[in-house]
Amino acid sequence: MAKLTIRNAVKRYGALEVLHGISVAAQDGEFVVLVGPSGCGKSTLLRMIAGLESISDGEIEIGERIVNDLEPNERDIAMVFQSYALYPHMTVRDNMAFSLKLARRSKQEIERKVNDAAAILDLAALLDRYPRQLSGGQRQRVAMGRAIVRNPAVFLFDEPLSNLDAKLRMQMRTEIKTLHQRLGTTMVYVTHDQMEAMTMADRIVVMRGGHIEQIGSPLEVYDAPANSFVAGFIGSPSMNFIDGIVVDDRGALELDVARGPRWPLPEKARSYVGRSIRLGVRPEHIVIGEEGVQSQVIIIEPTGSDTHLQLQAGQQSIVAAVRDRVAVSPGQPILLRYDAQKAHLFDPTSGNRLN
Amino acid sequence: MMLGKHTDLIARPRPRSHKWFRGEGWTALFFLLPGLIGIVLFLVLPILASIVLSFTNWQLLGSPRFVGISNYVRLFTTDPQFWTVLRNTLFFTVEYLVLNIIISLGLATWISSLKFGQRWFRVIFFLPTFTPLIAVAMVWMLIFTSGGLFDSLMASLSVPLAGVLNDRTLAMQAVVLTSIWAGVGYNTVLFNAALDMVPSTYLEAARIDGATAWDRFWKIRLPLISPTLFFGTVMTAITSLQVFDQIYVMTKGGPGSSTATLGYAIYQRGFQNFQMGYASAIAWVMFALIMALTALQFWFQRKWVHYDA
Repeated sequence: MAKLTIRNAVKRYGALEVLHGISVAAQDGEFVVLVGPSGCGKSTLLRMIAGLESISDGEIEIGERIVNDLEPNERDIAMVFQSYALYPHMTVRDNMAFSLKLARRSKQEIERKVNDAAAILDLAALLDRYPRQLSGGQRQRVAMGRAIVRNPAVFLFDEPLSNLDAKLRMQMRTEIKTLHQRLGTTMVYVTHDQMEAMTMADRIVVMRGGHIEQIGSPLEVYDAPANSFVAGFIGSPSMNFIDGIVVDDRGALELDVARGPRWPLPEKARSYVGRSIRLGVRPEHIVIGEEGVQSQVIIIEPTGSDTHLQLQAGQQSIVAAVRDRVAVSPGQPILLRYDAQKAHLFDPTSGNRLN
Repeated sequence: MMLGKHTDLIARPRPRSHKWFRGEGWTALFFLLPGLIGIVLFLVLPILASIVLSFTNWQLLGSPRFVGISNYVRLFTTDPQFWTVLRNTLFFTVEYLVLNIIISLGLATWISSLKFGQRWFRVIFFLPTFTPLIAVAMVWMLIFTSGGLFDSLMASLSVPLAGVLNDRTLAMQAVVLTSIWAGVGYNTVLFNAALDMVPSTYLEAARIDGATAWDRFWKIRLPLISPTLFFGTVMTAITSLQVFDQIYVMTKGGPGSSTATLGYAIYQRGFQNFQMGYASAIAWVMFALIMALTALQFWFQRKWVHYDA
């Protein structure tokens, strides 16, 4: 177990800079998730930690050692790849024992460690099979087993669940989290799936375009997004954004939208009267009632636990997630309200949080 | 009533081949004919003829006379040259095969490690593959001939090596060297393509596992390209058992019989001594040898070829 510290990490490919000075630390035993859209640099950062990519500038420290110039195997890390990268010509046992054999450990030690890891991951019956004889979930577990036997200071996961179907993904999510609780090892996990990030992380690092947008616990990032990008990226369905000018209509604050009905604003918007702002409302904070903003139902998406309504208020598209069963039909006019206390205000130009 | 009619149809299917040749079958055959005629005339018939000829004493002119298996008996018992020829062929095959695979694999690995110029080197090493072997052999013969470039080079280096084509031991080495020069490019390109197709994540996982470049080559890359390696080995073995052109041009099987191989012996018996029946028998022995060695390689491949990549 060890602390991982990244200081001003920069990655350049020739003249192209893809990571622009990333600084983040994972405490000893912490589960940190790097999340962001494709091309944000999260996998590159992980590969820099692993030693598979060079560090153009800055420092990466694992434990008390700066590892910039160390080979991957000298960094005391283990990595689980998106494609699992199980050696196809080796059995599960040989895959798991490979690093220990290279390190010239004794046969007894190799056998003990492989058997221990197999017991943890329920792989004992599969040890003599080849990767081709395993299901996706089993391969994933072998990939984790290969990492576990090395007893590393830091585990690195590069989108390990993206090749699995939805049900298996949920199951493996739980298994990885259980594994983390059991081993207590520092883990850095890369994903583009915000749901994975929310459910697994102690801390989330949201990245975009080679920058960190926000670092925080899942609920911090969800409840107080630093900017409209984070607000839109975290949460499903995404947050609704309504751009307009704050007006004071005889004491009542309203958002004057160019083409559409006015939206009532919370009191915290008072200091922005006369200015353009972006109102952010999460779909689950929208309430259908007998008063409020006039809108029309476009599409109804029942998910079972709740119902997502695609609505149109003037030119503005709105998504509402309602918990209770609602008797509405496409084309039907309805009235909307939202929980003003949970509304978010952003600067429409910079996207930064205002309140 | 209707059902009865249908049951009748189902119960008695029409003969398929009959129907097939009535419709599209003839059209298909018509379109296949140009290729089919060629294959029958120049492949199937000569093969069948050679089997028949191997049991005759046909001497190109005159009519063949059936002699039973006496050609084969003579080959294995009284022919003074046959065992030498067989030994030469196997010697050439083993030496050429081993050197070809090692050199081409080495070159392929070297090319795949280059950051720049991979494509150029692939082209350069592949050039001899599409150069006519006769032309290649003539150039190398001129190099190795007495007083040629090789002799001058050896003299300037004060190495006592001259007239290698006249030396009973070294002549075969000259043939092997020529064959390597001409044939190594094909396997180089083949192995290089296979090496480049090994997914980089395996190599990255191995780096994290602590594998050195040497370990990665022997324990990851080589097993993962083993199907291509096997293909290259089998094809190279087959072509080397059939070696003829370079021997015909460079040594004519000499000095003595020191470079005479099965391929050259077939030519010699058939087209110099006009013993077509005997030459056909040698050809079928060569075929059996190729089959046996290929079968052996297929048997051994179970131990070292992995098809799971």
